[in-house]
Amino acid sequence: MEPLTWTGSLGTILDPVLYAVAAVFVIALAIQIVLGIASGGARVVTNPDGTLSSASGPYGMSTAATKWIGLALVVLVLTYIVMGAITGPAMVGIIGGMSQQLLPVWIALIVTFVVSIKFKRKLGLYGKLFDSTVGMIGFALVMFWIFAGVMAGVFDMISTHDSLTQVSGMKNKLPGTPLNGAEEGDYAWYLLGGDNLARDVFSRLFKGAWVVVQIAPLATLFAFMVGITLGLPAGYYGGRLDTILSFMANLILAFPVILLFYLLVTPEIVATGIPNYMATVLFIFPLVFLAVLLNSRFYTQPSLRTPLLIVVLGITGWIYLSLISTNGSIVSTPTYNIPGLPGAIDLFNIEAGILVVFVSVVFVNAPTVFRIVRGLALDIKTRDYVAAAQTRGEGPWYIMLLALLPTARGPLIVDICLRIGYTTIL
Amino acid sequence: MGLFILRRLGVMLLTALCLTFLVFFLTNLYPNLEKLAKTQGNFRMSDEAVASWLGNRGYTDNTFLKYGRWLGVAPGWVTESADGVVTGQCFDEGTAEEERPTFCGIVQGDWGYSLVFKDEVSSIVAVRLAATGKLMGFVLLVMVPMALLVGVLAGMREGSGLDRSLSTFSIATTATPEYVSGVIFIAVFASSAFGLKWFKGSATQAIENATFENFTLPVITIALYGMGYIARMTRASMTEVMTAQYIRTARLKGVTFGNIVMKHALRNALIAPFTVIMLQIPWLLNGVVIVETLFNYKGFGWLLVQAASNNDIELLLAVSVVSVVVVLITQLISDIGYVFLNPRIRIS
Repeated sequence: MEPLTWTGSLGTILDPVLYAVAAVFVIALAIQIVLGIASGGARVVTNPDGTLSSASGPYGMSTAATKWIGLALVVLVLTYIVMGAITGPAMVGIIGGMSQQLLPVWIALIVTFVVSIKFKRKLGLYGKLFDSTVGMIGFALVMFWIFAGVMAGVFDMISTHDSLTQVSGMKNKLPGTPLNGAEEGDYAWYLLGGDNLARDVFSRLFKGAWVVVQIAPLATLFAFMVGITLGLPAGYYGGRLDTILSFMANLILAFPVILLFYLLVTPEIVATGIPNYMATVLFIFPLVFLAVLLNSRFYTQPSLRTPLLIVVLGITGWIYLSLISTNGSIVSTPTYNIPGLPGAIDLFNIEAGILVVFVSVVFVNAPTVFRIVRGLALDIKTRDYVAAAQTRGEGPWYIMLLALLPTARGPLIVDICLRIGYTTIL
Repeated sequence: MGLFILRRLGVMLLTALCLTFLVFFLTNLYPNLEKLAKTQGNFRMSDEAVASWLGNRGYTDNTFLKYGRWLGVAPGWVTESADGVVTGQCFDEGTAEEERPTFCGIVQGDWGYSLVFKDEVSSIVAVRLAATGKLMGFVLLVMVPMALLVGVLAGMREGSGLDRSLSTFSIATTATPEYVSGVIFIAVFASSAFGLKWFKGSATQAIENATFENFTLPVITIALYGMGYIARMTRASMTEVMTAQYIRTARLKGVTFGNIVMKHALRNALIAPFTVIMLQIPWLLNGVVIVETLFNYKGFGWLLVQAASNNDIELLLAVSVVSVVVVLITQLISDIGYVFLNPRIRIS
């Protein structure tokens, strides 16, 4: 069989058009950026009837040009994807093959977007996302990988081959190479080629996406819980508490990350149960955070606070215990055993390998978050409104969580989002 | 102020002791020692041979005693073999008996001997640290001003065209992992694929003699990757500050926009970026090993990987000490910097 080309027979017609449009788009974008800096944005003019409108001028014209050329580019790319999803690798080559495999993801994305846009006025903050183009593009990118990860990992839909099977003669092959000795029912190509152990890169890509989708956001969130719960009091109280906590954070920061990873993956170290102890300590912070937050928020309404705390802590405590206990024990080494939740009420077990990765990611990121939160808290606590809250007699945790933290949210949200990305490519 | 610095130095010493003990303990676990014995001796050693190899070199003693030896407060090991040859931690076979020192450790200025590189730890670390220091210096020189400029320009007018394009740029650079951008840079600027052989793909010569030609690509690769993060943080704080009441007051008073940004907003917006810049320095010390490997620039990260994969205990300890000193100095600078940026902050 012939090896696939990237865009197949459709590409011979459309490729030159695509390149031309892309080149024009890049030029238009460059011109727009230069004009944007030079002209300082759109100029507002007053019309004779008293209304305001922005003067088109060269900057306005370049904006319009970028917009229309960009639209043309998007239409062209969509043509490849849609045609690919319909005709598959026969007509649109590798892109077509991938697009066809990803068909469930496209359907899920379209359904999500149609439903969300239809009801966006009733969906509150989430619906607001669909008012901005940038927001929608970002949401589409994120949801693409989440859907792809779930469908490849849970439903086993997208991948064309088994992610671990090695096929002889497929080592380090280029994308689109036909499968060596393909039988009836096998997918006939390695869409993105073979890796150095002759496995299919395309299937491995989406299998891997599932692992990352599971670990990266959750681990980052946990690291933030640890960092915030410790960083706020360190910055707010200062003094000896700050010295002790900073000491510990610096200890972890100074611990060479690579050495830590080397040590944590050593089977003998895993056997001593160190990752389990770390998990037990690190995973309790979200609970502490939630308890303190709810308590300080509803402190004045005991009739609401007490039942709320019991329910929330009960559920999260159960999840926490199921998270850290495997097969009925929290730490299980050859010599001793710390009993945990019995298997019958254990919700889920985490694979040992995943747990090690999870714990080390949280452990490495938490001190960095701690330093950022502490720095922000030190700065914000000097503001007048904090002094006002203190004068009002608010409790320290109320001030930290409901006065300091919302003001610090800007840099923290940016950091969360970027950190998820960094954990993904770690 | 003197007392403050003195106390910080005390904390630094304490942190260094704790960290090195931790590293010492973890690298001295028996499985790791066994691996060390087998890589140093031979891979088919029997268990008894491993035990005697370790015993002859003092590895099987109490951890605290061994740690004391490394520090130089406990006498080094001395082993007399069956045929009467005396070997010891602090001397060779050939040393005359009266010249044999009892103690040799950090206190005596002896950092030990690297089993992987067959050389004194202090000289290896010095060479690699100098190499990474140079890389780090150039990266910071490129990265920090560029990131602050991009962040401030993007953050001063939130939502403008300038903000959009600069934000896209900074997200794109930081979302591209360094092992991708490095490969792309090499392919475009250093190989014959595009015919642009402007720079060199290898930075090996840069350790002795850094030139524009051989040092640009590694510096740019790291700087671009790190820049986006700082720029995003700067933009986030800047937009936050630009919505504050006193900025509006200043605008209504008729202060020029440039003055508002430079004199009123910038200093208040710098707390978060300053923290992350200071946090980038430990990362540049330990974390850029991929770029170092890619450009064949053997720096501190590369040394750390070699030491960790071979369980080279004394080298790892020295690396940890350097790491502690760098982390604590950067944190000291950031604490002093907070007070400078916001004089109302009090750090005890």
